[in-house]
Amino acid sequence: MLSVQDLNVYYGSIHALKGVSFDVDEGEIVTLIGANGAGKSTTLNTIAGLLRPRTGSITYEGESLTNVPAHKIVNRSIALCPEGRRIFLNMTVRENLEMGGFTRDDAEASESMERVFKRFPRLRERESQSGGTLSGGEQQMLAMGRALMSNPKLLMLDEPSMGLAPILVEEIFDIIKSLHEQGTTILLVEQNAQMALSVADRAYVLETGNVTMSGKASDLANDDRVRKAYLGG
Amino acid sequence: MAKNFSFSKLWKGPFGTYLIVIVAYVIFQVLASTGNLPSVIIGLLPTICAYIAAAVSLNLVVGISGELSLGHAAFMSVGCYTGVVAATCYSAMFDIPWLVFFLSMFTGAAFAALAGFVVGVPVLRLSGDYLAIVTLAFGEIIKNIMNNLYVGLDASGLHFSLTSTTDLHMTNGKIIINGPQGAVGIEQLSTFFFGFILVMLTLAVVLNLVRSRSGRAIMAVRDNSIAAESVGINTMKYRLMAFVVAAALAGMAGVLYAMNYNAVVPVRFDYNASILILVYVVLGGIGNIRGSIISATVLVVLPEVLRFMSEYRMLIYAIVLIAVMVLPNVPAVKRFLDYLPTKLPFLRKRSEVPGDVVGGAE
Repeated sequence: MLSVQDLNVYYGSIHALKGVSFDVDEGEIVTLIGANGAGKSTTLNTIAGLLRPRTGSITYEGESLTNVPAHKIVNRSIALCPEGRRIFLNMTVRENLEMGGFTRDDAEASESMERVFKRFPRLRERESQSGGTLSGGEQQMLAMGRALMSNPKLLMLDEPSMGLAPILVEEIFDIIKSLHEQGTTILLVEQNAQMALSVADRAYVLETGNVTMSGKASDLANDDRVRKAYLGG
Repeated sequence: MAKNFSFSKLWKGPFGTYLIVIVAYVIFQVLASTGNLPSVIIGLLPTICAYIAAAVSLNLVVGISGELSLGHAAFMSVGCYTGVVAATCYSAMFDIPWLVFFLSMFTGAAFAALAGFVVGVPVLRLSGDYLAIVTLAFGEIIKNIMNNLYVGLDASGLHFSLTSTTDLHMTNGKIIINGPQGAVGIEQLSTFFFGFILVMLTLAVVLNLVRSRSGRAIMAVRDNSIAAESVGINTMKYRLMAFVVAAALAGMAGVLYAMNYNAVVPVRFDYNASILILVYVVLGGIGNIRGSIISATVLVVLPEVLRFMSEYRMLIYAIVLIAVMVLPNVPAVKRFLDYLPTKLPFLRKRSEVPGDVVGGAE
């Protein structure tokens, strides 16, 4: 479904991704794990069109995404739920979701809104509250709900567990699992490797801009090197 | 929906803003026609309207779109000069002052919008301080072009030059724009009523834009451009839309301003003028349209009212500016301002909707 080949991305003179390659098949959960600064978010942002690769290619359902601008990515049925949630703090929950359906017509958007409210009943309770007054967990749900408003086939989640209490992390991962069961393909970037590997089908380990290991998530979870570096022994 | 009708809700929406302007217009018109307004102020009324329109349109860029633009007066000058040239041509064609005025105003708006587009495309690649400095530079470029522009009209049509009047090669024509002397021999078509129309038009455009889908997109880009892009908003397109609309409205304001005087020199629209409009916006509250209207009115009138103090008047003007910015943060004044709404219900900031946040100065 998604194929990333030999991606090289620079921030000025800093070489952030050094030939990253991986693919995501339809219906999978694929996770990219790695330490801070390994290039996980850079990879997602490049796929989302927010960054331009210097070389390399991104192919999605047989079409090149390499030079598609960020605002046109949504129309390819890919949605990014960005790192740090980045909800619109001054808008209400409903308005935030409406922005998520910006590229869709009214009928489709209101249908999506119903679906999102069904999945996140908490958001319906907070419908007219402004985004900035939500708790961290609710903000994460709102960010995911906003990404789902465009009804994507591929959902890219950037650090959904960041800054959340353990019980909320569980809740968010339950939602990821149920999204997956309903047929959404998910590309998940996480620092919480344990949680990520427990839900994912396959995983790639990124270290300073290189893919150093890859394989089935369950195999990687039992690999000694991965356990030592990312799973606390 | 008649059951849910509430005046306070209506008052907080655009209707309230229109009402304020209409009431203010009627009051000033009555005062002027009954001879209760000094003639200096009467002559100033169209200028006040022009600056209100300029401030409201700059608020669209600074407040709604979130870009600090320091060249807004330049778009006024583009509107002003193209409007004056257009007015001279139109007057030669027909003798209906209001028609000439409005056609000129729309011509000025069109050219100002074009200038806004040409400046906006490179400038909006930047943001923050860089954008501010480049708009400042573009403002100066436009002012300098106007400083060297000569336009004349004779039987064979319009003549343009960037060097001198003799270079126009005219035969008994009329010089419309005379380089550093600016637009000369302007027909004074501006009236307070036309000014009122312009202010209402500006408000209608800005308030409707803000409440539209495009307006929501503009504010989304301002609040979080990465999130806006990730939901499919073309950030460049919407920032440019706000910039061009604001330029067009400023152009109209420039036409109104010009036609209130005999002659307008290009230095009228230098960076000082841009900063002045920005002061109106900041003083009235960034993003607050009503605030822009009130502060533009007060700050245009103030120097005239203070004229009796001769050389001290700009000093007092500056002190008033500082006081308005500083006083609301003095504890005693703050307590008084918090206390006022409890006595005067219409001053309350937000309705008591459950779950609504109360906007505070904190």
